Amino acid sequence: MRRWLLWLPLGAFALLVAVVASGLMRPADRAVHSALAGKPLPAFTLAPSVPGKPGLSSTAMRGQGPRLLNVFASWCIPCIAEAPQLLKLKQAGVPIDAIAVRDTARAVQGFLARNGDPYARIGDDPQSAVQLSLGSSGVPETFLIDGSGVVVKQYIGDIRPDQVDAVIADWRAAR
Amino acid sequence: MKRALLLAAMFAAPVAAQTSAPAAYADTQLADPAQEAQARGLMETLRCVVCQGQSIADSDAQMAGDMRALVRQRIRAGERPEGIRNWLIGRYGDYISYDPPFVAATAALWLAPVALLLAGVWIARGSFRKRRRA
Repeated sequence: MRRWLLWLPLGAFALLVAVVASGLMRPADRAVHSALAGKPLPAFTLAPSVPGKPGLSSTAMRGQGPRLLNVFASWCIPCIAEAPQLLKLKQAGVPIDAIAVRDTARAVQGFLARNGDPYARIGDDPQSAVQLSLGSSGVPETFLIDGSGVVVKQYIGDIRPDQVDAVIADWRAAR
Repeated sequence: MKRALLLAAMFAAPVAAQTSAPAAYADTQLADPAQEAQARGLMETLRCVVCQGQSIADSDAQMAGDMRALVRQRIRAGERPEGIRNWLIGRYGDYISYDPPFVAATAALWLAPVALLLAGVWIARGSFRKRRRA
């Protein structure tokens, strides 16, 4: 038996410890990122979700400068937590369009009455078809779309109070 | 009367609690068995994005139902399963597929079994030789 072979098990163990320790110190990112960043918004046309507010189409989102596209639902709890931040963004002049996923007009109306309405337009996506075409995996998610209809960035999960300034900065940078 | 009302409420509540009806074809098979088999094969190799360890064929999540509906509708419209897989990969990345492509990042995954098998043969050969000598 060669001498150095004696050290092999210890070396293998040290390697295992290193792998596990690096995984503990830097936990894996479990969020599902859309592959659409940097690519044009897929074509879609959605009927209005609530009466009195226009629906949403990909062509209508083009040519008006950068906008946010918020994917939300009345049944989604983090969306309630996100509502004040969206209202703040609207006050700062950031236009926000929305897609209501697997929802009904009455439930969305109730949600907007309770939590405020930051949306310019809301499209109804009853079978998540447009959500799937966006590469979005849950609610809420927000996409920053530039004036030419290209997806600049995706914000996964609810926008937190400490993120608002960064979102406004991203929106300004996209102009 | 009270009992009848209670009974009615028991059945009424789940209907009222549903925010929207499940998509057509989420849980309905396609009429053509060959197409349904194609759809089934694809659904078993697509990852449910909300329940990350399950395929969309196995998951009860609404999102998985909507993805099954998308697969069946597109198969019904005559699209090839690989075309639908590539469309989804364009949206979600390779992550969505349980059939990983052979690229630099997955090379170890594909080559490790072959390498281990070859190593096994090499070790076995060595030990058989020793035995013969003894």
